[in-house]
Amino acid sequence: MLFENLSSKLQETFRRLRGKGKLTEKDVNTALREVRLALLEADVNFKVVKDFVATVKERCLGSEVLESLTPGQMVIKIVNEELTKLMGESVAKLKPADKPPTIIMLVGLQGSGKTTTVAKLANHLKKANHSPLLVAADVYRPAAIKQLQVLGEQLKLPVFQMGQQNPVQIARAAVEQAKKNHNDYVLVDTAGRLHVDEELMDELVQMEEALQPQEILLVVDAMTGQDAVTVAESFKNRLGLTGIVLTKLDGDTRGGAALSVRAVTGCPIKFVGLGEKTDAFEPFYPDRMASRILGMGDVLTLIEKAQATFDEKKAKELEKKMRTQQFTLEDFLEQLQQLKQMGPLQQLLEMLPGMGGMGKKLKGMQVDEKEFVKVEAIIQSMTKEERHNPSIINSSRRRRIAAGSGTKVQDVNNLLKQFNLMNKMMKQLTKMEKGRFKGRGRFPFM
Amino acid sequence: MSLFGRIKEGLKKTRNIIMNRMEELFTRQNFDEDFFAELEEILIAADVGIETTLELVEKLRDKIREEKLKAPEQVLAALKSLILDILGRDPVPLQLEHKPTVILVLGVNGVGKTTTIGKLAARFTAEGKKVLLAAGDTFRAAAIEQLEIWAQRSHSDIIKHQQGADPSAVIFDGVAAAAARGADVLLCDTAGRLHNKANLMAELKKVYRVVDKALPGAPHEVLLVLDATTGQNSLAQAKVFNEAAPLTGVVLTKLDGTAKGGIVIAVARQLKIPVKFVGVGEGIDDLQPFDPVAYVESIFTTKEQ
Ligand SMILES: Nc1nc2c(ncn2[C@@H]2O[C@H](COP(=O)(O)OP(=O)(O)OP(=O)(O)O)[C@@H](O)[C@H]2O)c(=O)[nH]1
Ligand SMILES: [Mg+2]
Repeated sequence: MLFENLSSKLQETFRRLRGKGKLTEKDVNTALREVRLALLEADVNFKVVKDFVATVKERCLGSEVLESLTPGQMVIKIVNEELTKLMGESVAKLKPADKPPTIIMLVGLQGSGKTTTVAKLANHLKKANHSPLLVAADVYRPAAIKQLQVLGEQLKLPVFQMGQQNPVQIARAAVEQAKKNHNDYVLVDTAGRLHVDEELMDELVQMEEALQPQEILLVVDAMTGQDAVTVAESFKNRLGLTGIVLTKLDGDTRGGAALSVRAVTGCPIKFVGLGEKTDAFEPFYPDRMASRILGMGDVLTLIEKAQATFDEKKAKELEKKMRTQQFTLEDFLEQLQQLKQMGPLQQLLEMLPGMGGMGKKLKGMQVDEKEFVKVEAIIQSMTKEERHNPSIINSSRRRRIAAGSGTKVQDVNNLLKQFNLMNKMMKQLTKMEKGRFKGRGRFPFM
Repeated sequence: MSLFGRIKEGLKKTRNIIMNRMEELFTRQNFDEDFFAELEEILIAADVGIETTLELVEKLRDKIREEKLKAPEQVLAALKSLILDILGRDPVPLQLEHKPTVILVLGVNGVGKTTTIGKLAARFTAEGKKVLLAAGDTFRAAAIEQLEIWAQRSHSDIIKHQQGADPSAVIFDGVAAAAARGADVLLCDTAGRLHNKANLMAELKKVYRVVDKALPGAPHEVLLVLDATTGQNSLAQAKVFNEAAPLTGVVLTKLDGTAKGGIVIAVARQLKIPVKFVGVGEGIDDLQPFDPVAYVESIFTTKEQ
């Protein structure tokens, strides 16, 4: 399959880069082609992708990469840095009014999650000891007012509504009431609308003029595709947008829309929605999002995890063994067992930089935990001698090992083949990485 | 220029570029790498997705070679035809011969399930059918009230329980009532759910089982609602929902915007699930049977803003 796993695909590319001393322009192009595909697959708008890749390329072709010791790592770093830069570099806060109430309008397409977001934001403010007033200005969608009322009741917060009247008048009246009742925030839930609906877009413009809100937040569904740019651009052109709320991030989308929207509006993403409940709401962390879109977050997590789990001394020994090619099946077993302590094997192997590529070649071992159990059983059925010197394992020994481990001779053959292949790859790696092996020797398969 | 500036500048022109590009693209005489690269971009911009796009363009290259296509119109026609090979050329109607016909409507949050039910109900009652709605979204605030309003608008009846009730129980009652009252069609609303929530998908499986138990052979239609604005995630949605409750069709909503919803091509290609209806607005009449030929046409034309 072409794009079964973005993360491993990318890592495969980076591994290729890592293997070489110096980067040629062709190398960079190859890598960035993969980055481009990954971003497109993550729903980042194609135009944004183009510009992004161009920027990264400019930086990559600079001397810092070409002369750096680990070019692959440098590319990862640059891609990640540029992505984070584009996402906004720090957490963006709401801007309060000089004199309360602070007025916040929530706008966006139908079904993007505005009403739920109003409730979540209200809950968020309430917890910070504010007293928000919720305003039901979606007079079009059936039962939208009722929905906000129910949510307000759940949160024990007041909801202002005037039925199906003019939304601008509703909002104006709401602000008056907030002043009277000393609500320091006014959150206006507006009806979902298409960015091409002139009449309804005009309505928002009028509302902005009437309320002079401190914040106009565009609510965007994280699953949005290529059209996110058109939508965001249209809203931005008509209204003084101050920020973005990204909803439904509890789904499994990569969320490339975040990048697209950010790029066209220049507005910070201020909050994310992570579920249907009113407390599933968080400030937006740009670096996390960058990793999510790119599929590199796992790598960072892995590095932390691996460092915590792997025994330093053993790692050093292993490093030496690998370099001198005395890595035995015994060591292999031990490594697999250490890996197992770190969590689900499949996930882990995918997270390992470079495993994207090796994983394919070591297919049998990458499949699943069951496969891992099998490998473990096979090695455990070998004599010490066999583990240290697999070349003595002839066909009668293979039959014995298979019988002892409850597997088929075929399985034993596969394992030995894969082990040989791995050793060969290590030899190659060692050659390529001469002198630079330190520090990464911790990962047995790199 | 800063990256921001560059992107903003570029996007201003994107819309026009796409339109001009289509014209320009198909008036040129030689089909070089740029030609194919730009073609790829048009498909990707329509959310067709990389995998499907690359496959389509690859096939198009073969076709150009094999059939020695020279004229730009021929090439465009060939590409459209390749897409229609995937989507099918004829509209696929709903199966309505059972009495009552039970239709289950599924999808992630906010895609337009309830609205689609309202529109479908109105269609059926206009044909003189007796229609019943089951308020299976017992989770979202005011979801039942929303469906009630659509029941009034479409002149259909509604079966409902309290908010928080077991959706299977509501839908079971719906099936029983539909049979008892001699209804022609039962439309079951369900709560929006993200497909990666195992517990909610399990709930859906239960609904499916319960319907089958209440009326063997039902549900007769299981429609997945996909939002045209959604990108590649729609494919994941279709896969997982299809596993929980075998889908018989897709309804593609919000085509009245500027998004094309091209991911339905990938859905048809991988899962062989036909698109049956499209939503083109919030009004009760804004639902049309899916016409593959017209749809493919729309991918290659840009709507004026
Ligand atoms: N423009 C447009 N809006 C639509 C269309 N279909 C539905 N909507 C709007 O999308 C919003 C969400 O629709 P609902 O029918 O409530 O969606 P749902 O899937 O039932 O949502 P949940 O039950 O909350 O998951 C509403 O504002 C609808 O009016 C369509 O075809 N075009
Ligand atoms: Mg609904």
